[in-house]
Amino acid sequence: MLVHLPILQVIVPLMAAPACLILGRPRLVWLFSLITSGIAFLISVSLLRQVMSAGTISYVLGGWSAPWGIEYRIDELNAYLLLIISAISTVVLLAAQTSIKKEIPKDRHTLFYVLYLLSLAGMLGIVATGDAFNVFVFLEISSLSAYSLISLGKDRRSLWASYQYLIMGTIGATFILIGIGLMYQMTGTLNMEDLAVRLPEVTHTRTVFVAFAFFIVGVCLKLALFPLHMWLPNAYAYAPSIVTAFFAATSTKVAIYLLIRFTFSIFGISFSFTTLPLQTIFLTLGLLGIFVASIAAIYQKNVKHLLAYSSVAQVGYMIVGYSISTTTGLMATLLHLFNHALMKGALFLAVGAVMYRVGSTQLRDFQGLGHQMPITMAAIVVGGLSLIGVPLTVGFISKWYLLLAAIENGWWPIAILILLGSLLAIVYVWRIVEAAYFKEPLIDREPVKEAPLTFLLPVWVLVTANIYFGVDTRLSVQVAQAASQSLFGVSP
Amino acid sequence: MILGLYNYWVVVVLMMIGFYIVIAQGNLIKKIVGLNIFQTSVFIFYISMAKVDDGTAPILADGISLYSNPLPHVLILTAIVVGIATTAVGLALAVRIKGAYGSIEEGEIQARDNQEC
Repeated sequence: MLVHLPILQVIVPLMAAPACLILGRPRLVWLFSLITSGIAFLISVSLLRQVMSAGTISYVLGGWSAPWGIEYRIDELNAYLLLIISAISTVVLLAAQTSIKKEIPKDRHTLFYVLYLLSLAGMLGIVATGDAFNVFVFLEISSLSAYSLISLGKDRRSLWASYQYLIMGTIGATFILIGIGLMYQMTGTLNMEDLAVRLPEVTHTRTVFVAFAFFIVGVCLKLALFPLHMWLPNAYAYAPSIVTAFFAATSTKVAIYLLIRFTFSIFGISFSFTTLPLQTIFLTLGLLGIFVASIAAIYQKNVKHLLAYSSVAQVGYMIVGYSISTTTGLMATLLHLFNHALMKGALFLAVGAVMYRVGSTQLRDFQGLGHQMPITMAAIVVGGLSLIGVPLTVGFISKWYLLLAAIENGWWPIAILILLGSLLAIVYVWRIVEAAYFKEPLIDREPVKEAPLTFLLPVWVLVTANIYFGVDTRLSVQVAQAASQSLFGVSP
Repeated sequence: MILGLYNYWVVVVLMMIGFYIVIAQGNLIKKIVGLNIFQTSVFIFYISMAKVDDGTAPILADGISLYSNPLPHVLILTAIVVGIATTAVGLALAVRIKGAYGSIEEGEIQARDNQEC
């Protein structure tokens, strides 16, 4: 049983998705999905423990050994990502039943859970697999269910946002497919381990350069790197709240994982960062992303839009850490993957609670909520502080390591720019706080009650995690360090 | 040179045509058609790359020792299924958009959204 954990991680949610259709009753389906996601979480915890104590796990599907059959390979980085995805998914699902009652028509509730589990299975699959073509298949499983989930939004603009995401996402995925095809053409293998061995022999050829270019552009579309982020703000703003909370915390992270996996493990550091000017490109785009998206966030009228733009900015931080390409820089990126999932999960869920009570997420409707929904708004404040990077929150930890990495390299101007970016975060977080606490409640709106416990519980689980991992950083730092060291080939 | 790489030229031309349609067309259905052409070019690319000179179809038979590589064929079967699923979701969205906006022209949809704001 324990041997089969890597495949169970993916197959449990994948099989549970159609099973939802048999159960039929929305409440039952919710409970079933929650249990499924919980099991996936437990599996990922056990995988992480195995990896941390005994090293990389290799699982061959159907007993066909590695370069011929499909291999699932779990090392520190994979286990870390699996943990983030399944943990966020489980916590977000706690609030799902309450939230979708008001946002999705009743006859679609069961289908919502089917799509949610499929998307979860897709993301877990991308991370767990050690086969390049498998990555594409799982990517499409998670993306196709994502398009449908986004189109479930109440507003008709969700349809348009979903369509635009579909076009952009498919172009991205097809680019990745071309990249993988060219890699296969040059090496005759799809196994990642094997690719890593064979690619360096042919890196001087133009085909490999083209493969690399297609792959990187495709992944950057998926991870919403500025200026390829255009699909993200509308998709996040008009999707149902639960969907936004889940995707904001996980989907771009999976794409960043792919970027790290392919550039560091498969193409190799020397090819990715020395032969090509990738470092300069990513550093510039990352920094531009931080500033453009943060400034755009300041001018948004809808809180979901505001947080979505902030997500683009946070991707910028991760890319800056990645482009520094030292162990500390990569560690900062990995830490931010974890920390950003915690803060955005908490923030978007809290905004979902506001949506539940108020029925709108316009900034103007937040007026006076500080007194009417004190517990929810307190969660937004803590989440916001974490987003800024205030000490004692997780946001501080990742910013700290990012600064450390920049300074280690002697890149003082970059360090200063990162700090300036945080100042912009203060401005947009302040706009929510100002509306909630310092403005009079709207006269034309009935006073609202505090959000129900089904919302408060998951929101505060995530908020507590924000503070807990901001103080006790053992788990996140240890795993991120081990993962980044293994990517650089340094033995710990 | 050109004849020898005929398949690959077709791939590039189709890819560019498809990509251009996706970007330049404002009609949602035409965009999906463009996307299909774009994906088809990739299918042809995979299949061309599987061809081994003088190799036959990978079926065991007497007196034949050289076969084409069947793996890309299998891969592309999967990719075709994915492509169909994408088209289906895209068309379904187009139907819903037509219902909600009364149009499937990008410009008109955007104009209606801007009016609302």
